[in-house]
Amino acid sequence: MLKRTPLFETHQKLGAKLIDFGGWEMPLQYSGIMEEHKAVREAAGLFDISHMGEFSVSGRSAETFLNRILTNDVRKLQDGEGQYTQICNPDGGTIDDLYLYRLGKGIYTLVVNASRIDADADWFRRELARCEDGEREGVIFADDSSAWGALALQGPKAGECLKDALGQRPDNRGLLLGLESLEKNQLAVACWPGVEGQVIFSRTGYTGEDGFELLCSPAAVGQIWDAVLEAGASLGVKPCGLGARDTLRTEVCYPLYGHELDEATTPIEAGVGWSVALDKGDFIGRDVLVRQNEEGVDRRLIAFKMTGRSAPPRPGYPVWSVGDDAKRIGEVTSGTQSPSLGVGIGLGYISREFSSKGTSLEIEIRGRRAAAEVAPKPLYRPNTSE
Amino acid sequence: MSSNIPNDLKFASSHEWVRVEDGVATVGISDHAQAELTDLVFVELPEVGRSLKAGEQCAVVESVKTASDVYSPVSGEVAEVNKALEDNPGLANEDPFGQGWFFRVKLGAPEELDGLLSAEAYAAQIS
Repeated sequence: MLKRTPLFETHQKLGAKLIDFGGWEMPLQYSGIMEEHKAVREAAGLFDISHMGEFSVSGRSAETFLNRILTNDVRKLQDGEGQYTQICNPDGGTIDDLYLYRLGKGIYTLVVNASRIDADADWFRRELARCEDGEREGVIFADDSSAWGALALQGPKAGECLKDALGQRPDNRGLLLGLESLEKNQLAVACWPGVEGQVIFSRTGYTGEDGFELLCSPAAVGQIWDAVLEAGASLGVKPCGLGARDTLRTEVCYPLYGHELDEATTPIEAGVGWSVALDKGDFIGRDVLVRQNEEGVDRRLIAFKMTGRSAPPRPGYPVWSVGDDAKRIGEVTSGTQSPSLGVGIGLGYISREFSSKGTSLEIEIRGRRAAAEVAPKPLYRPNTSE
Repeated sequence: MSSNIPNDLKFASSHEWVRVEDGVATVGISDHAQAELTDLVFVELPEVGRSLKAGEQCAVVESVKTASDVYSPVSGEVAEVNKALEDNPGLANEDPFGQGWFFRVKLGAPEELDGLLSAEAYAAQIS
């Protein structure tokens, strides 16, 4: 039996095409991937991300404990800030990639991939049990995934839409000003007028666009969903499914766990070494990551574009070098027709010697090879991008 | 999902349609199939002159999300392919039973048509 989010019936009513995504029955699309993708790039799109997992880690030693498990430096976070980070195994392989929020001193919320909730929770519990007494003192870990609903509102008009949805009223003024002033990776905790519980608003996302992610009570997620879509209708805001989420993140070259990242792949290989704080002191996986950072890696995650008329690249397609001595040099991990660019694009791991920008490649599609080229990341740069 | 299904067509259970005129079958994919696939971005059509057997995989259609095989509902030789569809695969979304046709086959075994589904039977299959 597939798991369902509190919005399942809403998706059905909207006529969504539903798929199995990591054990969850989730909307692939409503009106169509192209249309939804375009809405996010030009106006805004609303995604149900309630399947994602939420953990809380708190207590006096929470910072020290997290800093030993996560790759990024937890100490860089001030109250109300978030960061992208990973959990690695001792070999540097990625257990998961996630977002860490610091709500207050010693109070953290982690947002993890739906398919990894159990693996991550086991990992945290095991590491907590292995801690020295001094380090474990006062650290409370909880998997709160079922206690949270979550939405992502993404696109250049996300801020305007959110403001309209909250309603311009005297008692809202502080909240609206506060949300407007949030910078990327910052968050605020507030009530949504008329709905149960508190909402964490963070200026984060997975599309390359400006936008917000909202964590709220499962009982509140439907009301907020409806309010946002109603307020956003005149702005061109549309409900969006996982299909558009995938094309959007592929265009901006964000890794997806299970495609670009897994337990045999390090964050350095995946090109997200910027989120690994090698200088922060010891953490799980550090030795391997330091060595890879110094010596370089044999295979690298590259972005590519198809250069001629061809079918779109897909995950698993072989990548070949070009010329008389052409050989198989890697594999596509994500691929699609880019709705923004109108060409086939993808991500893949290939041997380092072929990974520089502009290198000609061939992608094997149903037994025939089609021309491609290593391209700079991101493949598409949104207007609002940093 | 509403699908309009012209009465003069025959269908394969794999969602291709056939329209026969003067011993030549025009083949495409149904409205239901294009709606399921959505947003078509690429088609690969058979070579003209290729000899096909009924049920043989002979074309590919790709949406943003997935690739799907297209099978010839009839046996015979490929007489013509829709070049306009290669340039604009969206034709199969917009006009699946008209401008969005895939290829034409000179019928090798016209009696095979009797084994295909009527519009009514196909409508029942997808309902």
